[in-house]
Amino acid sequence: MKFFVAILLTALLSFAFGLQLPWWFIAVAAFIVAIAIPQKNAKAWLSGFLGVFLLWSILAFVAEQKGGELIAKQIATLLPLQGNTFLLVLVTGFIGGMVAGFGALTGSIGRKMLRTT
Amino acid sequence: MKYIQFAFSLLVTAALVYALNRKWGAVPPMGKFLSPQQGIWKNKDKEDDFKNADLHFDQLKGKVNVHFDKRLVPHVFAENDADAYFVQGYLHARYRLWQMEFQTYYAAGRLSEIVGEKALPLDRKFRRLGMVYAAENSIRETEKDPMSKMATDSYTAGVNAYIKKLRPADLPLEYKILDYQPEPWTNLKTALLLKYMSFDLSGYEEDFERENTKAVFSKLLYETIYQYGNDSLSPIAPMNTVFSKPGIALKVPKNADSVYFNYKNNTGTDIKDISKPDKSNGSNNWAVSGSRTKSGKPILCNDPHLSLNLPSLWYEMQLHTPSFNSYGASLPGTPAIIIGFNDSCAFGFTNAMRDVRDYYEIKFKDAGKKEYWFNNQWQTSTLKFDTIKIKGSADFIDTIAYVKEFGPVMYDASFRGLGLIPKNTNGAENFRTSGKNYAVRWIAHDPSNELKTFLLLNRSKNFKDYEQAISTFVCPGQNMIFACNSGDIAIKQQGVFPAKWLRQGDFPMPGFDSTYMWQGMIPQSENYMIKNPDRGFISSANQYPYDTKTYPYYLGGNYPFTRGLYINQRLEKMTGITPADMQQLQNDNFNIYAKMMLPVLVQYCNEAELNTAEKNYLETMKKWNLQSDIKETGATVFYVWNDNLESLIWSDELAPLKNYAWPQESTLYDALRHDTAMAFIDNINTPEKENLRQMVTKAFKAAAGRLAVLEKEGKLEWGKYKATMVKHLMDAERKLPLSRYDLPIGGGENIINATKKDHGPSWKMVVQLTDKVEAYGVYPGGQSGNPGSAYYDNFLDTWASGKYYKLWLMQESEKGSADVLFALNFSK
Repeated sequence: MKFFVAILLTALLSFAFGLQLPWWFIAVAAFIVAIAIPQKNAKAWLSGFLGVFLLWSILAFVAEQKGGELIAKQIATLLPLQGNTFLLVLVTGFIGGMVAGFGALTGSIGRKMLRTT
Repeated sequence: MKYIQFAFSLLVTAALVYALNRKWGAVPPMGKFLSPQQGIWKNKDKEDDFKNADLHFDQLKGKVNVHFDKRLVPHVFAENDADAYFVQGYLHARYRLWQMEFQTYYAAGRLSEIVGEKALPLDRKFRRLGMVYAAENSIRETEKDPMSKMATDSYTAGVNAYIKKLRPADLPLEYKILDYQPEPWTNLKTALLLKYMSFDLSGYEEDFERENTKAVFSKLLYETIYQYGNDSLSPIAPMNTVFSKPGIALKVPKNADSVYFNYKNNTGTDIKDISKPDKSNGSNNWAVSGSRTKSGKPILCNDPHLSLNLPSLWYEMQLHTPSFNSYGASLPGTPAIIIGFNDSCAFGFTNAMRDVRDYYEIKFKDAGKKEYWFNNQWQTSTLKFDTIKIKGSADFIDTIAYVKEFGPVMYDASFRGLGLIPKNTNGAENFRTSGKNYAVRWIAHDPSNELKTFLLLNRSKNFKDYEQAISTFVCPGQNMIFACNSGDIAIKQQGVFPAKWLRQGDFPMPGFDSTYMWQGMIPQSENYMIKNPDRGFISSANQYPYDTKTYPYYLGGNYPFTRGLYINQRLEKMTGITPADMQQLQNDNFNIYAKMMLPVLVQYCNEAELNTAEKNYLETMKKWNLQSDIKETGATVFYVWNDNLESLIWSDELAPLKNYAWPQESTLYDALRHDTAMAFIDNINTPEKENLRQMVTKAFKAAAGRLAVLEKEGKLEWGKYKATMVKHLMDAERKLPLSRYDLPIGGGENIINATKKDHGPSWKMVVQLTDKVEAYGVYPGGQSGNPGSAYYDNFLDTWASGKYYKLWLMQESEKGSADVLFALNFSK
């Protein structure tokens, strides 16, 4: 249960930060959630990763579906991903997920560190 | 233990963020770039982009309503002129911010700030050419004129109003790819952009290449390969034009024969210019008077041939205020409509091609460049220290000497064009001991206000207004064509042109002897106006403006005669002309050069030496109808054959010069007409003496080999062989998905439809001056500069197929029309 709450909270907080703040506040969001919700380190990492992976993939997928196919196609050719827009959506999610995952791991370790001192 | 774990995890997170927040070589900052809330996913067409909206700006005095039609062309209705230019600036920024800013970075020699050290030689070139110096001189002059100042100030404010509200998420795609931010717009940037046009249109030259030619060639060979005038010339001012006595009596320097025309007796030069403008930057324009049209009213046509780029150079729009109502192609970065029409007149331009830039050798006293020798004494130069910021490196400080007689000393020991790229050791110059210094004298440096001409043309009601509007235009010289609903048609080659003696400025000149300086500017009264000629039409297509045998000054430059000749032949025969006929003429693919040259090739080809496959290609070409249409294979055979022949004839003499200028295509035809046994025919690298028959046959056999390869690749058809592309502005290697490739379009060099590989008609316009103006136009691009928008390239297919859009000079009462997509309403 905690795991799913952490995923959801990470996604929500990341989205809220993203409205105004730089993109890398996803790491801060995941960090805060990991401080707030105690989990094993591995689980914390995974919930951080999944929270933003899902958020970014879904946002990108929706953008692609709603008028974004042209830009997606061109960027997927530029990067290069052979023009595969689905792959671009996954790469987008993966990059966000990695940053958030390590943000969450840092938070999780930090929480335990504070506990023991 | 926990501390170490924590520190390590924090470090990994920070490293990830750092790595994904910065550019690595050509790889954009991937985190920022792909973020769905800030990155490229935001660069799509959004519903809000096409909805009515109210926008408020304190700078506005009244209301401005902008109605966008279905092609996203804005029709701007303002209550006063200043507000119209404010909104024009805003709209240019909204749709084209990246290109207009990028072009000003390019012009100002600031590309290194964006792309790093690799742009340093290019940046130094533009700064040393004095582009910023020219723009500063121009803006001072522009701001003296109240109307120009009002337009520029309002325009700049409009651009900045947009930039100020721009959120990182909404940055144009190119900023995200290259990872930088727009800076505030200034009037100087507008001036830089106009100077960039001066560079593009008056900046093609071969002075240093020809200096090398002169080192090796005799006068006879030089005159053959760089002939002055054409046998088949049909000039802009008809052949029988009588010229008045020249206002300037030119004196050729006394020692010119020994010092300047020192053929085979000089050392050439190591200067190699980089990033020249395209030699084929040119255009067609013509107008027919009512006597030749079905409606009885004039029709004006114009298609400027420039590099085909995305986002397009042009942005289509209508500007309506109580004082004018103008429609046409505007230039993002500049106020006004540049090529277009209003309720009563139409105006267009082709390039004059005149040589208005020369180089003078400067002798400095020492490496400090502070003193130079002029008319037998030492003079003091002005040293300017130019700081070039470089992304990822320390600043580079360039020291440029300015001499008052000419301008900046562009080439000196520290800069030889491509020859030397100095190490960036904190501004220290890497001196080279050999090589002459050259100052550049360029008309574009002189204070001038080109903008005023466009502002006044937009407001012109009749011939007198047009005459006044163009009278102050300095550079780049243009053939300015005009037609009016009163029935007048007129054309004039307008600009400030130095009065030159024959061949003055073909080569760099001594800069220490005042007798080599320009002796004055040609009086404006000697730039001839052709108004309502008896033949009922006027035209220009970059040919010599005047009969070179009788015109008293040397014109310099390169002038293709073919398009002008054919346009005049065609117009001569046309009556009852409609706008549709004129569209057809603009898209005409007849190759008049092939008509002249092809019989020469056939006559001198020794068919007995050809095998069956080669004979087949020859037959294909003989059967060709001389139309360079996409499906024609004969066009490809002719092109490849002629190309090979040119190579065989010229290369053996030119290649040893290393840096040389290739002759114009028509030179070979003219030269052979005069002498089919001319010296160039012989291959100087073989002991025997070849004749024309051998060379034509050899060229054909080589061409046939190439044609067989093309046929195998399925590229024998002209359209496939030519493979026209429209290149994104930052696509240096021509492979980005932001460019468009392999467009099915015919035409080419020497053809009215001058569409080449990546160069051609950048805006095609046909305007009939009936009481209600009837106009058609199209350009190869789209109104949006955003590669993620459906409006980025939606005109391309129409353009390639030779079709046009009907241009809507909208009345505000039509705002309820079904053709209006949405409106933006600007007010305080």
